[in-house]
Amino acid sequence: MSRVPVPCHIKGAVALQVGDVRTVQGRPGVLVIDVTFPTAGPFEEITFKNYYTAFLSIRVRQVGSPNQSSTKWITCLRDYCLMPNPHNEEGAQDYVSLYKHQMLCDMDKVLELRLILRQPSPLWLNFTLEELQFFQHGPQSSSSAFTKWLSHPAPYEQPALLLQQALPDPDKVSSEVQQMWMLTEMIRASRTTARIGRFDVDGCYDLNLLSYT
Amino acid sequence: MLQEEEDLSLTIAHIVQKLKGSRLYSQLERQAWVSLQKPEIKLESLKEDIKEFFKISGWEKKLQNAVYSELTVFPLPRHPAAPPEHLKEPLVYMRKAQRPVVEQKELLNKWNEMGTDEPDLSLFRPVYAPKDFLEVLINLRNPNYENGDHLNLKTHLGLIQVPLKVKYISELKEFFIELSLNTGQLGIDDATQVPPELFENEHVRLGQKVLAEQDSAAAQQYIRQGSPTALRAELWALILNVSNQPEDLLYYEQLKSNVIQHDLLVDSLIYKDVKLTASNDDYYFVFEDYLYQVLLCFSRDTSVLGHFAYNSASPPKSYIRGKLGMEDYAVFYPPNGVIPFHGFSMYVAPLCFLYHEPSKLYQIFREMYVRFFFRLHSISSHPSGIVSLCLLFETLLQTHLPQLFYHLREIGAQPLRISFKWMVRAFSGYLATDQLLLLWDRILGYNSLEILAVLAAAVFAFRAVNLMEVTSLAAAEAVLADLSTLKVMPLLQIFLFATIT
Repeated sequence: MSRVPVPCHIKGAVALQVGDVRTVQGRPGVLVIDVTFPTAGPFEEITFKNYYTAFLSIRVRQVGSPNQSSTKWITCLRDYCLMPNPHNEEGAQDYVSLYKHQMLCDMDKVLELRLILRQPSPLWLNFTLEELQFFQHGPQSSSSAFTKWLSHPAPYEQPALLLQQALPDPDKVSSEVQQMWMLTEMIRASRTTARIGRFDVDGCYDLNLLSYT
Repeated sequence: MLQEEEDLSLTIAHIVQKLKGSRLYSQLERQAWVSLQKPEIKLESLKEDIKEFFKISGWEKKLQNAVYSELTVFPLPRHPAAPPEHLKEPLVYMRKAQRPVVEQKELLNKWNEMGTDEPDLSLFRPVYAPKDFLEVLINLRNPNYENGDHLNLKTHLGLIQVPLKVKYISELKEFFIELSLNTGQLGIDDATQVPPELFENEHVRLGQKVLAEQDSAAAQQYIRQGSPTALRAELWALILNVSNQPEDLLYYEQLKSNVIQHDLLVDSLIYKDVKLTASNDDYYFVFEDYLYQVLLCFSRDTSVLGHFAYNSASPPKSYIRGKLGMEDYAVFYPPNGVIPFHGFSMYVAPLCFLYHEPSKLYQIFREMYVRFFFRLHSISSHPSGIVSLCLLFETLLQTHLPQLFYHLREIGAQPLRISFKWMVRAFSGYLATDQLLLLWDRILGYNSLEILAVLAAAVFAFRAVNLMEVTSLAAAEAVLADLSTLKVMPLLQIFLFATIT
């Protein structure tokens, strides 16, 4: 199943802090990233690259049912742990994927999404998420078993009476060609990563031939 | 749940693809063809009958061993968005700290000095020594880390300044549970005063049974309690999944002919290294010829390049003159991508006690290198990498011997400066050979190098009383200069399980 990226607009991270950011000594421990979707569609997967964020929560605002007057925010992921120990580097720069089945609510008609990042450790200067992307299922791709000209054979033509010498038996030739085609398909299917194992020198390690990098 | 299943199927697909290209696959296929002629294989239940045949004839065990050895080496499944460099080393600032440019420049500087046909060894200096490497590690910094002047909760008093995850002593006790006080150990319970009926005889019998079964995973579990001297060579070969097939012999002969036909600059580095280190050692000077045979072939073996997929370093490249930057004209230099540093030959020397046939010795060394030893001289955040080992050593010392640590720091003798050279060489050349082999048994058994850091801390704990009285770095080094009388296993047991914390 293919993944299709969903268009979205990602706003910059906003730090939540009491008091003025510039004058207060300590660093903020909570950041919020807002994401808006032009079309309220479903999505299956969120991928991002972590940068020293310890915990992640996600809240969504969905299109409400017609009789509801206002849409409310629902928490769909609570305190998902990205770094097992916020003081250590483990998990600090990992690539992460979050799927629909990990969420607490439906992700069907999402208008806006809010990512709440927390990093309780005072040791890190900055923390954020990078390369944020959203994906939904693409249409089912049909497996291309045959090449086009095999599935649309040309109409039967009358053989030209050009050659007088004996032609090879067409059935035999076609079966041989079929066997060869099957062999090539088999070899293509069982591609391996094994090396041939030969070490050919042919002079390329000669001292005078190699240059400085 | 879905994620784990996906990861599992990805791992399975990867291992299948890797094994399909190996000799074992074609052998299994041939065996399956041959077995069709046997009367017990019936056409209706062909699949089950052939599986049964494999189980009886021992081929299933071989396949199990191959899968197990792939699993131990296989790195964690990676995220589809992650680039291949992320698999080698996830932390960006460590990736940037790699050394190959410096090494290459040094090597090329020496190129200028060459020009004679006969290598004049006096012109060569070793590329780098462990001391230089330690300086690089000390200067590793995370740009996102608060490294202010004031002391905070995580100030690193030792030399390593990166906050990697290392195990606490409680986690180490769990990890090394087979070394605990109430489990028998070779190295302790085979001393002359202890009657062999208590532990040693049973252990040897068990070892023979494991070898008869030819099961890699069982051998790895068995060797955590040490290996009897008579069985050690075969046990290591079983764990590393090295068998002496004719194809391996042929491969080794091919490498040997490459050595004879072609000359490489790295050969001179190897000659110099062997002359400086192994030949001066009381235990290993007899193996000088073996060392040349193994190391010269090793530097021409391009299959070693495969381990760079999970090694954070990259092999240095050189370009044909005039075609700088064009990938078609790039070669890896040396062909195996590994530039030997000062002391490299000490990785091979202890193995010479176990294996007398050059091709088997070579294969064992190569397998040990691509599984363990490469981590000791490349910069990475892996728990068995040298940076983590250094940090583990310093953390253990700070936590359990704080007075000693403070005292050594005050006199300007940071403990890591003394123990670094032990860990980089995996204690080869510092311990007595039988003790060293017992230590390397545990490295194989636990598939991790953390035991080196624990042993280094244990040595400091053992000599703590003397060390508290020294007043300079030179005196501290003198106290710790001679480790050849130490017994490894009692030290480890006492430090892990018998120290009051």
